[in-house]
Amino acid sequence: MSYEIVARPHQQNFIDWSADKPEVVVLTADLTNSCEVGKWRDAYPDRYFSMGMAEQNMLGVAAGMAREGLEPWLHTFAVFLYRRPLDQLQMSIAYPALKVRLVGFLPGIMTPGGVTHQAIEDFAVLRAIPNMTILEVGDATEAESVLDVAHAIDGPVYIRQLRGEVSRIFPQDEPMVLNRARLLSTGDEITLVTSGIMTEEALRAIPLIQAQGVGIQHLHVSTIKPFNDPEVIRAITSAKHGVVTMENHSIVGGVGSAVAEIMAEHGSTSPLKRIGIRDTYAHGASQKHLMAELGLNAQSLVSAIEQLLGRSLNIEPATLAAARVVDVHSSAKAEAL
Amino acid sequence: MYKSSLDILMFNCLYSQDEFDLKPAMLQRSVVLKVNGSVPQQKKLSDIATGIRQRVLAHSLKNNGGYMSQACSSAELLSCIYGGLVNLPELDTPMLPGEFAGTPGLDGLNRTTGIDFHGGRHADMDRLVNSPAHYALVIYAAMIETGRLAEDALDHFNKDGSTVEMIGAEHSPGFETTTGSLSQAISQAAGIALARRTRHETGNTWVFMSDGEFQEGQTWEALQAASFYGLNKLKVIVDVNAAQCDGPMDQVMTIEPLQTRVESFGWKVARVDGHDTDAIFAAGSIESDQPLMILCYTDGTRGLPLLQERYPVLHYLRFTSDQEKSKYEQAYEEMTR
Repeated sequence: MSYEIVARPHQQNFIDWSADKPEVVVLTADLTNSCEVGKWRDAYPDRYFSMGMAEQNMLGVAAGMAREGLEPWLHTFAVFLYRRPLDQLQMSIAYPALKVRLVGFLPGIMTPGGVTHQAIEDFAVLRAIPNMTILEVGDATEAESVLDVAHAIDGPVYIRQLRGEVSRIFPQDEPMVLNRARLLSTGDEITLVTSGIMTEEALRAIPLIQAQGVGIQHLHVSTIKPFNDPEVIRAITSAKHGVVTMENHSIVGGVGSAVAEIMAEHGSTSPLKRIGIRDTYAHGASQKHLMAELGLNAQSLVSAIEQLLGRSLNIEPATLAAARVVDVHSSAKAEAL
Repeated sequence: MYKSSLDILMFNCLYSQDEFDLKPAMLQRSVVLKVNGSVPQQKKLSDIATGIRQRVLAHSLKNNGGYMSQACSSAELLSCIYGGLVNLPELDTPMLPGEFAGTPGLDGLNRTTGIDFHGGRHADMDRLVNSPAHYALVIYAAMIETGRLAEDALDHFNKDGSTVEMIGAEHSPGFETTTGSLSQAISQAAGIALARRTRHETGNTWVFMSDGEFQEGQTWEALQAASFYGLNKLKVIVDVNAAQCDGPMDQVMTIEPLQTRVESFGWKVARVDGHDTDAIFAAGSIESDQPLMILCYTDGTRGLPLLQERYPVLHYLRFTSDQEKSKYEQAYEEMTR
């Protein structure tokens, strides 16, 4: 399976989108080109604020701007938006429910930058913060349409954004909608909930699994908080053999946990298999290597479904191996990080 | 580098911590206020300062505790802040503190802040962001003394359901931000000043800070950014009382030499006797293309020498015996005589 590859879907789209929104300003922390806003800076120099490598202050400045009616869009790597400045995020932005947009790049294991650059627990941390809305982009269409979703929210929004070469999985005329999952396949035996880049990974395996006569209801979620889409609740409480979640995140506190909470609250007795980073840190290596090492791949999905069904699906690992993996040294990225 | 009159000011203000020898009689600067009603009246800043100390001491006696030393150190500088140094819109009548309506939420829920007690937002007027939320009791007293807060507001201090909270938050009178986690106000004020500059507003944005906040890294990030952006309408006034929760700052973690440190970050710095209102006003009128910081060196026992018996633990006054309390009752009677 292959999809159209879009180079830097955020870059020009964000420039065009900002044209009629003078309240939108951009703050960066020394990762302007790495977050695809170098051209935005050149297009709107008066609305661009370089804050240097000083994220605690950057979040505070953004809060002050938001109190004055501006809409700051902070662009940096995801880890630097919630780890170091967590107190500032909570007290300066989240408590007053300010319209600050935290655009975090390099979610999960998408960078060879190692543990310091890999945001593997951002959902867990941010889901616990009142007033936060959490969005995750799964393809180029969502990388584009997430802007309107975030813009409409009168409160802080954290976005797991994609950059560089990004697949277009969803039609461009089917934009992201807040708290509405995309139903990608139907079936009554297994419910599968995926988010972010794991959706594309799952889509590679699903036809092979379906070919074995397994009915899969597959939902792609892009709103991680709030997490109460009735369609998602219906799907995860109605699976005959069980539920599988797949996320580019720790299995603690992310999509798998959110699904588990709903299942428990609705009295679901189905088993749940959470595919994600199993409560460990990652390290500096390619996305392909880390996905295989940590089990964030189609093979894990096949295994999880086999366990839920109690039978082998007889899918050869080699059959699953035709992955599209982004070249670390892609020319669509500012540096190899 | 200073103008000649400023040179004299600087010369006069270079003293060590044990050289506080200015007599209250010197403090004759006055301000026209609509205190307790709409009839304007002349009120000496020295009377405002004395009133602040009296109110905080009376409250501490009544409640067996209070931030008394902060009142002693900052009474004069707060009398300046609320007595004309900061150009805040006048209120027709002192405001009553409201009940706590609930925490802020999405879609504009509970967004009212204590800015109303400062007269709201006006392009040509100043703004005041109070940073050290632990000074709340003292700030409330200063606002009562200057006709912004109702006379009996301290009856609601630290009472369940009241906005007159012990550690002021953004719903509390005179507070625009939630900065009980210290050092977050200066970044937000920088953001406010930057946003106001984009609108070509002429008013200044002031921040009242405590010296302990200079131990936090965020403060220096903010100083760096304010200097980088040449925010000459950002003005910070600091109560340098050299005391913090654990004791004297030079034993906990020194911040000195503060003046040269802040100057080296590109700020214009005036170092003054924080009990000399003329010196504070003179410093406030310094014209500069850099952000301005007024370091007010103060004595945490000024006006209440009895507190010296508790040195070096001045952060919070709680009476250890009836005998001690009666001494403070006696001091209160002398203060109000």
